[in-house]
Amino acid sequence: MSSVATTQIKLTPERTRPRVSVRSRLQDALPKLVLAPSFAITIVFVYGFILWTVYLSFTNSKTFPSYVITGSRAYQRLWRWTFDTDPPSSWYTSITNMGIFGFLYIFICLALGLFLAILLDQKIRGEGALRPIYLYPMALSFIVTGVAWKWFLDPGLGLEQTLHQWGWTSFHFDWIKNKDFVIYTVVIAGVWQASGFIMAMFLAGLRGIDGEIMKAAQIDGATTFQLYRRIVIPLLRPIFLSAFIVLAHLAIKSYDLVVALTSGGPGGSAWLPSNFMYEYTFKRNEMAVGSASAVIMLMTIVAIIVPYLYSELREKPR
Amino acid sequence: MLRKLLIGTALASGLAFAAHAEDVKEVQMLHWWTSGGEAAALNVLKGDLAKEGYAWKDVPVAGGGGDAAMTALKAMVAAGNYPTASQMLGYTVLDYAAAGVMGDLTETAKKEGWDKSVPAALQKFSVYDGKWVAAPVNVHSVNWLWINKAVMDKIGGTEPKTFDDFVALLDKAKAAGVTPLALGGQNWQEATMFDSVVLSTGGPDFYKKAMNDLDEESLKSDTMKKSFDNLAKLVTYVDPNFSGRDWNLATAMVIKGDALVQVMGDWAKGEFHAANKAPGTDFLCYRFPGTDGSVIYNSDMFGMFNVPEDRKAAQIALATATLSKSFQSAFNVVKGSVPARTDVPDTDFDACGKKGIADLKAANDGGKLFGSLAQGYGAPPAVANAYKDVVSKFVHGQIKTSDEAVTELVKAIDDAK
Repeated sequence: MSSVATTQIKLTPERTRPRVSVRSRLQDALPKLVLAPSFAITIVFVYGFILWTVYLSFTNSKTFPSYVITGSRAYQRLWRWTFDTDPPSSWYTSITNMGIFGFLYIFICLALGLFLAILLDQKIRGEGALRPIYLYPMALSFIVTGVAWKWFLDPGLGLEQTLHQWGWTSFHFDWIKNKDFVIYTVVIAGVWQASGFIMAMFLAGLRGIDGEIMKAAQIDGATTFQLYRRIVIPLLRPIFLSAFIVLAHLAIKSYDLVVALTSGGPGGSAWLPSNFMYEYTFKRNEMAVGSASAVIMLMTIVAIIVPYLYSELREKPR
Repeated sequence: MLRKLLIGTALASGLAFAAHAEDVKEVQMLHWWTSGGEAAALNVLKGDLAKEGYAWKDVPVAGGGGDAAMTALKAMVAAGNYPTASQMLGYTVLDYAAAGVMGDLTETAKKEGWDKSVPAALQKFSVYDGKWVAAPVNVHSVNWLWINKAVMDKIGGTEPKTFDDFVALLDKAKAAGVTPLALGGQNWQEATMFDSVVLSTGGPDFYKKAMNDLDEESLKSDTMKKSFDNLAKLVTYVDPNFSGRDWNLATAMVIKGDALVQVMGDWAKGEFHAANKAPGTDFLCYRFPGTDGSVIYNSDMFGMFNVPEDRKAAQIALATATLSKSFQSAFNVVKGSVPARTDVPDTDFDACGKKGIADLKAANDGGKLFGSLAQGYGAPPAVANAYKDVVSKFVHGQIKTSDEAVTELVKAIDDAK
């Protein structure tokens, strides 16, 4: 590079311009140079390994990766398990739990987050102190949240035991020990952790709304309910979308919460697909089935993310 | 600047490689024995090796448990960076041996006479294709009852000899207002108890056929259904809060006298010792009723990897020390298990340990030493986990009847094979 620069200097009469061009060329290249390692790492360790996982899901890999393609047996097994409802197969349990958990977690977090944000937006005193209280659960890891809620919800240790000691002996709350309800305790812990963060997102959105519009609506005689229903919430649409994406990916990847809170639940009744994937790949030495379930999880995420990206990218030119 | 940086990095990594090639007098060990008693037991081995001039280096495992360790091991082996040895269980040893990454200790084994002293059932897992690939450290047995003696005296119970005796004893405890059976509702604990129930219900031959040979006729036989019914009977004696409880908390219930009995492997004894309880006076150890004379075992092994020549001497020293009589005795006294060779004197062991050693010898001689399916010594992990799934779903009510349970069991095991 430097040799090219020197020959150029000799050829051109103006001595300053080429130097600037070398520098500016270097400056142009610098971002690419700096980004190159992380780009290469992402290509290999994210996209490369995605392809590798897809490949493995079509092999007969057991304990160790095998490279002999044996067809879609892993997918056929998963497909068959999808309809094993009585008694429920682990895969059926995992995907139905994903549906229940995903829907409730996202819906309650959005609703609660919006509600708390609207309350906090009423220009109350001490907001600065209240906001972090709601936000702090997000600073905890899922493991901490899981263990804390495990103790709190355990009938022999936490809430039920305490209320019994206070004299309310008919109180009964054993969801965490109940195969049909254990997934809802995962929702409770998850909502507790994330709703404060969603609240902060909505609060930022609410602060961004032009006060003039609100005043205009009030002059037109809109009630508070109408104000929020017709003006504020529609204006928050981008926040809803961002919050939805954040929550959806949190929901799909929550593995540690289930492990810490329920250690899989009675008879594996709290499994999510991520638990299924780990269990089959690393504990049961059925790497092909584990990979196939990972590919299905990826496809699910793609089905959510791609329409979002599509709509976002299309809106930009306008 | 960039070039300097590159050279620097290359030099540094080169140095790291160079440092790596020198470790000859060192044993690199991957294990998850980190809790108090286990670590103390392992220190005996470290001391023995230090006397011969070998340094000990733990391979760090994030997370601590066996699963995390196995994941770490998989990564190390895939990268061609073998530890000298790793703690391994059952079929894992054979899986790695089949992948061709295990070393060969046959010469040492011949010299030390392991063929004769190590029970044949254990050799199934430490010998692959005629070659010794692992050194067994201990033998745990699973079919034990651990009973709080004070509670036993209070309710006037005696040692149950049959399953019906056992149920009668549990009824007595229930009438006295004590939780009869301490159980942790995690799938491996439920399945570990079910191992004993099957042996008790069907007898030794049936256990071997169903749980080791995976014979389909036996798996869906009426005896298996009866075993599930017996399990359901036992589950009626647990407290409502049992689901998800860790095994040591269930043991603690027995230690404190909140519960009468726990069905658990002999690692539970370590908890009694840690609480300063003595066998015979504070707690009682009986074989699971109806399983006297047979032993369902699992065992910890040190898998020996195919390390480069310059590290082989250290590996042989480790294997020899592991199976030396002095270490086998000292280690197992602390760990609660019994020695992996049958010619170790039982003088240092407590009453339960002495019984365990005698039982192991008798079971080995009588051909009644069986691998625990729940602990991964009856069948490969995929099958063992399918079995645990079915037992756990039966205990927690996803599978409702014993008929359904045996159908599911056959289906799940077929699927996993």
